[in-house]
Amino acid sequence: MNHIFFILGIALFLNASPSSAETPEEKGLAIALEDDKRDNGYQDFTANLLMILKNRQGEESSRSIKNKTLEVEGDGDKSLSIFDKPRDVKGTTLLNFTHKVGTDDQWLYLPALKRVKRISSSNKSGSFMGSEFAYEDVTSQEVEKYTYKWIRDEEYQGEKCFVFERYPVYKNSGYTRQVIWLDQKDYKILRIEFYDRKNSSLKTLTQTDFKLYLGKYWYPHKMFMENHQTGKSTLLTWSDYEFRTGLSDKDFNKNSLKRTR
Amino acid sequence: MPAFESLARRVILPLLIAISLSVTASFTHAHEFTGFVGGEARLFPNSALHIGQEDDSASLMIQPEYYHEFESGSSFTFAPFYRLDSADPERTHFDIRELTFLWLKEDFELRLGVRKVFWGTTEILHLVDIINQTDLVENVDTEDKLGQPMANISFARDWGTFDLYWLPYFRERTFVGKGGRLRGATVVDTDRTQYESGAKEWHSDWAFRYSHFFGDWDIGLSQFIGTSREPTLLDGTDSEGNAVKIPKYEQIKQTSLDVSFVTGEWLWKGEALYRTGQGNDDYFAWTGGFEYTFTRVWRSQMDLGIIGEWMFDTRENDANTAFENDLGGGLRLALNDAASTEALFGWVQDLNSSARFLFLEASRRFGDHLLLTVEFRTFINQPADDFLFEQRDDEILQLELAYYF
Repeated sequence: MNHIFFILGIALFLNASPSSAETPEEKGLAIALEDDKRDNGYQDFTANLLMILKNRQGEESSRSIKNKTLEVEGDGDKSLSIFDKPRDVKGTTLLNFTHKVGTDDQWLYLPALKRVKRISSSNKSGSFMGSEFAYEDVTSQEVEKYTYKWIRDEEYQGEKCFVFERYPVYKNSGYTRQVIWLDQKDYKILRIEFYDRKNSSLKTLTQTDFKLYLGKYWYPHKMFMENHQTGKSTLLTWSDYEFRTGLSDKDFNKNSLKRTR
Repeated sequence: MPAFESLARRVILPLLIAISLSVTASFTHAHEFTGFVGGEARLFPNSALHIGQEDDSASLMIQPEYYHEFESGSSFTFAPFYRLDSADPERTHFDIRELTFLWLKEDFELRLGVRKVFWGTTEILHLVDIINQTDLVENVDTEDKLGQPMANISFARDWGTFDLYWLPYFRERTFVGKGGRLRGATVVDTDRTQYESGAKEWHSDWAFRYSHFFGDWDIGLSQFIGTSREPTLLDGTDSEGNAVKIPKYEQIKQTSLDVSFVTGEWLWKGEALYRTGQGNDDYFAWTGGFEYTFTRVWRSQMDLGIIGEWMFDTRENDANTAFENDLGGGLRLALNDAASTEALFGWVQDLNSSARFLFLEASRRFGDHLLLTVEFRTFINQPADDFLFEQRDDEILQLELAYYF
């Protein structure tokens, strides 16, 4: 913890005096902290998401999921992912407590048996529902989960961007590094390139159709993940975002896991 | 069974109609109509051992589900089930799996109606799970349950969740009839059922449960007082003088604990119970073990899980269970592909004899709506005194194709 406060202190200091000489690592962290700061305070949201999975032959299959997320002060978010389609897994629900430090807590509800099962969250690099998104891509992104390094500034799709790298510090990640394109005005993540454990190019995520919520938060509505090694892709489309719906801790326990639809 | 059907006709259906009418009249928030319909083939490579049994069988089943959520978060659920079987009239049956009104308040959740509740953590034997009766004609894995009428109030607090259950009506276990496979030599006659309690199936049963999680630990502490879900089978005769087994349901008290502990890729699980009132002697039983998952094996998207569990019952060979001192193992493979292909292979070895039981369960989705499930079970080296000896030739391959809507 002290270590984090120390880094935070440096970052705040650097933010306050941008002219001082900062290393690429310090600049990378400062960007991530600013991004996190801009993301804070949304309290909670609900949204629907549709995943279209496409294989190398172009065959498609889809999944639809409802999501509820609660911001937790001082720790990672709590979330519920409720599967709606395909119908044979309807009602299957994942409860996730993200932690800034250490492993996340996860429970899975299996509606046919009415069973709540504690599951291991160490499967970070595993596929989320057969898609090209890994669990580590869809769970809450916390500053503490990576170290950072600023690479360069460049124009990307007409927006002035920071290009920086982040390196997972948690165990069992499928990545050595991620290269991120973040627009300097609104701090929208426009593109992430993922490199596997052997540092070969694995996947590229492009995020588009951003909308502004509560006058402050930019959320992408389309997230397209392309796997360069398998030729498969997943398009994730978000809809029906609702913020500050009044969700509380009570909506994210094992009881609510059993009843949420 | 007939008692439940008449209960269904006289009480539950009118109630359902009344609720549906009030639902349509009130402000509506969300309606959902889902469920499945399917067909099943059961193939037995060995010919039937007992008189009256048919070799193979086919059946059809349907389970629609209606769900309505009110603006307040309270909800109503109705899920009836029906199976039509070619070989066994006892397997042709109707059940209300769920007919529940959930009243969601700030401080508690109250559920009234028929539903299913699961307790426990282990994979091979569900030892402490007791609220619902097993719908044994559905599958020998005992994972299918009959809907249990109940009132359940649940309090979720920072210190844990406390549940109180009042179970006013008892459901009898279903048993395979004369025509069906996977039964003993003597059929169970459910028309001659006996109860220890004079109130019979109307005895009020009670249960309490405290459950919570502490970091990597999940625990559940439960108490059940009432009619045992497991009958003691007595020798008797039916109205025509044929030898039958007569189920007798005793009054029991059961205290149980279930735990799970997660660390890295390891999941450790345990269940234990102490029961009085079943037979002459009080007994302990426990089961426990681990599940370890290798992710992305063979540089693919696949996950491979290894399961190991031990089952023990202090009644040993007198236990009316197949798992009196057994070691079980399993391999669970999840392909993580678009079709959600999964397979679970398992074996259970009796530690007191050479008896062994092997099973394979696999499933794969076709398109968006069809799910194919394949199950294979076989019994090896059953000694004459084993619980499953009379089912020794009932090696089974079961294919099920279901359409989910």
